[in-house]
Amino acid sequence: MDEEYNNNKIETKAADSSSGSYAPSADSIPASEIPEQELYHAKSFWTRWVFCQDAKVIGVQYALTATAVGLIGLVLSWGMRLQLGFPETFSFLGPATYYQSVTMHGMIMVVYLLTALFLGGFGNYLIPLMVGARDMVFPYLNMVSFWMFLVAVLVLISSFFVPGGPTGAGWTLYPPQAILPGTPGSEMGIVLMLVSLSLFVIGFTMGGLNYVITILQARTRGMTLMRMPLTIWGIFTATVLALLAFPALFVACIMMTLDNLLGTSFFMPEIFTMGEQLGTTGGSPILFQHLFWFFGHPEVYIVALPAFGIVSDLISVHARKNIFGYRMMVWAIVIIGALSFVVWAHHMYVSGMNPYFGFFFATTTLIIAVPTAIKVYNWVLTLWRGNIHLTIPMLFSLGFIVTFVNGGITGLFLGNVIIDIPLSDTYFVVAHFHMVMGIAPLMVIFGAIYHWFPLISGRHLNQTLGKIHFWISFVGAYAIYFPMHYLGFIGVPRRYYEMYDSPYMTTGVGLNQFITVAALIVGFTQILFLYNIIHSAFYGEKSEKNPWKANSLEWHTPEMPPAHGNFGKDLPVVYRWPYDFSVPGVEREYIPQHVSPSEVPTAKVEKT
Amino acid sequence: MKKKEESFFSLISQKPWEDSQSILDNEHDGKTLEVSKAKLGVRTVMVVSTIIFSLFVVSYSDRMLVHDWRSLSEPWLLWVNTVILILTSIVFHRTKILVENNEFEKAKNTLFVVGFLSFVFITGQLLVWQHFVSLGQYASSNPANAFFYVLTAMHGLHILGGLYFWAKVTRQLFKDNYNIKKIKQNVELCAIYWHFLLIVWFVLFGLMVAT
Repeated sequence: MDEEYNNNKIETKAADSSSGSYAPSADSIPASEIPEQELYHAKSFWTRWVFCQDAKVIGVQYALTATAVGLIGLVLSWGMRLQLGFPETFSFLGPATYYQSVTMHGMIMVVYLLTALFLGGFGNYLIPLMVGARDMVFPYLNMVSFWMFLVAVLVLISSFFVPGGPTGAGWTLYPPQAILPGTPGSEMGIVLMLVSLSLFVIGFTMGGLNYVITILQARTRGMTLMRMPLTIWGIFTATVLALLAFPALFVACIMMTLDNLLGTSFFMPEIFTMGEQLGTTGGSPILFQHLFWFFGHPEVYIVALPAFGIVSDLISVHARKNIFGYRMMVWAIVIIGALSFVVWAHHMYVSGMNPYFGFFFATTTLIIAVPTAIKVYNWVLTLWRGNIHLTIPMLFSLGFIVTFVNGGITGLFLGNVIIDIPLSDTYFVVAHFHMVMGIAPLMVIFGAIYHWFPLISGRHLNQTLGKIHFWISFVGAYAIYFPMHYLGFIGVPRRYYEMYDSPYMTTGVGLNQFITVAALIVGFTQILFLYNIIHSAFYGEKSEKNPWKANSLEWHTPEMPPAHGNFGKDLPVVYRWPYDFSVPGVEREYIPQHVSPSEVPTAKVEKT
Repeated sequence: MKKKEESFFSLISQKPWEDSQSILDNEHDGKTLEVSKAKLGVRTVMVVSTIIFSLFVVSYSDRMLVHDWRSLSEPWLLWVNTVILILTSIVFHRTKILVENNEFEKAKNTLFVVGFLSFVFITGQLLVWQHFVSLGQYASSNPANAFFYVLTAMHGLHILGGLYFWAKVTRQLFKDNYNIKKIKQNVELCAIYWHFLLIVWFVLFGLMVAT
């Protein structure tokens, strides 16, 4: 396979199209102005599967690493839930373990699982295939990016084994408490966390360069920006956000590491601890919060935008209908991305700020609801009179829409200063962000895995197990988080490792136990999912080519799963957007992106 | 086929369903910007670095206002280092012109001068650190010191990163069969990066001198 196009520049089909006229006919193919990119050909097992420069393998490596570390995050959440539901029952749990579990669970899930899986995993696998490229533009850098990520993960995990254990400062790592004695892991744990995050940022920047430049510059012929699948739009915008936002985390990490190791006072105010004054003076913890949330809020959209994009594609394919308002969807993604940089201080309403400042950030936060609502309406309108196939990806997509609306609406409440202040630091907030950036993106990830698994492995996942997985996860998620909203309303604070007989627990008796049981059930269901993946990868039902009858390029490679170099000898040429389903005037039910107009002369173009 | 460079906003307001647009789109070669991938890569890196340094500058300006801030007096050595960095940029620019005119033998020499001057700069910065340490001005003594160490370290690390690519270009140039087009591009990109770091240094040094 490798040798086939080894020294073979792409042949310009224009040369053999015999039409002599200069006027571009509908079918003419321009000469390739961009020379074919040099492709690295792996020689050994080692360079083919381990230190691999093929984006598809890197994507799978990213996904497996993220899943592995995500499982640790899942187990940590069980620890938390056991402590909250049944305090003083388990000898291995206690205040320190609880806080460490909370912190590591949060950081792992947000950064090392969701970000890495969406951008590193799906991004690497799908970008070159969907835009019609042979590989990323800088394959070597791409490989280094994954290995940096792996090192970051290992450093993070190593903090479980150092004296004092991992940090227990909460995933926001607010100084001064994060580095003061009394917080678990204030010895080595916090340092390892900060170092790991810095490594992650560096590694991600290398990957991000690849994603952005591949999408901008290495698309195949005919693939204009406005013909790209929305998945790519989502990943693209999210990557741009990440490139602009992660530096803030990086800067904050560096300064806090120095505060901890060298005793500088970037963030450390004058402080007394255990009756003694520390050497620090005058630092500003609020500065850290600004830096952290300047990263932290775009981070929400770094996770959400790829999910938006992927779910648009899933809905369109499985409802056999073009996506409603494609341009509006693209604009909404871009606008959400831009707005996400001017809302960060809505996480800091109770940190103390000028009232007008709060007014500003509340306004911008509410404005974000507009493009987001447009997206939700467009998903629903895509389903309207669609030929909905209730496949597992579709089930998960529907689950996503409902969950996202739920989490989004509670977000509107929290975005208002006056409502946020009583609800701040209660379970309401926990329920809100788990709905909107935990469950909702996870629904998309699951849907996407069921959707693209045949492409990656050539086999289907087991449908029965998949349906069980969906229903338990979906219903279970609501069993966990609906009661949590209520606990928040009655004032149960987050970050308390035990409620004892607090008066606010009187009407919530039993709810914490109920949530814990539900969380355990949902958690164990994910093991079923993993079993399904592993089993199906080897023994699953063989999939035919393009099992979902999708239009985008990744399903139309000469081989499935796509081989090294993706597209065989000639790169495909694109003539249409990827949403030509049930086009009026044509017999075929769907028209793949590379089908030329002359093959479907009667197709009527639909205005979007 | 000529392609006009369109703004991002006009690109995303195209109407791909219109026949005229569809014909144009079928002719599209898949590139958004008329710039090489490597150049776009360097530009992206510079954007990310700019954000990092800007955030440091913002933190600096915020921290500066607190009463415990004691400004550092910059030693003369820092001015020398600044001059060295300016010289590096000039020589790099000269190298770029030489390479453009295909004078590769001369370019080899000037590339070495660039590398040498960069190492001198980094050594100079380390000497300044040593100077401050010998005065008892540690990072923990004062926030101004801490910022001085952090900013110089970040800038120095950027130079070291640049030197990695400088070494790559130099190695390419010393190979027997080098790719002229590639060398030209790589030298140009390195030169741009060095100019960028010079500007960053002006901003950082200016900030430290002014406050």
